[in-house]
Amino acid sequence: MNETTGGIAMDDESEGTIKKFMYINRKAPYGTVYALEALEVVLIAAAFDQDVSMVFCDDGVYQIVKGQHTKFIDVKNFSPTYRALEGYDVEKLYVSKESMDERGLAEDDLLVDVEIVDNAKMADLMEDQDVVLSF
Amino acid sequence: MPIEVNGKTLETDEEGYLSNLSEWTEDAAKVLAESEGLEMSDDHWQIVNFLREYYNEYQIAPAVRVLTKAVGKKLGKEKGNSKYLYELFPYGPGKQACKIAGLPKPTGCV
Repeated sequence: MNETTGGIAMDDESEGTIKKFMYINRKAPYGTVYALEALEVVLIAAAFDQDVSMVFCDDGVYQIVKGQHTKFIDVKNFSPTYRALEGYDVEKLYVSKESMDERGLAEDDLLVDVEIVDNAKMADLMEDQDVVLSF
Repeated sequence: MPIEVNGKTLETDEEGYLSNLSEWTEDAAKVLAESEGLEMSDDHWQIVNFLREYYNEYQIAPAVRVLTKAVGKKLGKEKGNSKYLYELFPYGPGKQACKIAGLPKPTGCV
């Protein structure tokens, strides 16, 4: 059982097991390093050909809202980098519907294509992972 | 080690990447290339300029794999492969080309 791929197809060159990694983003983009660090971890992990997904919930949804201006807080606006995820083959981005609703946000407010799911569905997705990392 | 470009001193980190992106000029690129033992050809410029555009859009220096794919998409298959890019930048297109383009070291690059 320890060599199972969980039904995920592996390409010819790769060896070993592909695991499902989920990175959960819960915090606002600025003020702490969590959001940026999580993004960097995802970009690095993307090089290892794993099955990667990201979740944005609670204040984490603010990480991917359009129109971020950081000039006056003197930190780099790294939100454009979320748009690079596709090029890294990280295409599964899930956003909590409840977190969006609580903050009055709609899909149009986000700068990347996401799948908005309710918390029950989110729980199922988490249940399905091999590794869940929360930031 | 700081580099000297047209009489101006530009700070770099300990690995030779420019500390301040905005100080980059084409002349700075030539000096940086020289420190890598490279002479800039049109083909080198094309990749360096591509990287600067990529950074401008996404605010990161891409991993080699991502760079290769993106170059293939934009400039064609004959350029979007490791062989071509490594011929231009023998010590790694990520590392060397990013340095010459004045970008930080690619994320995850050791």
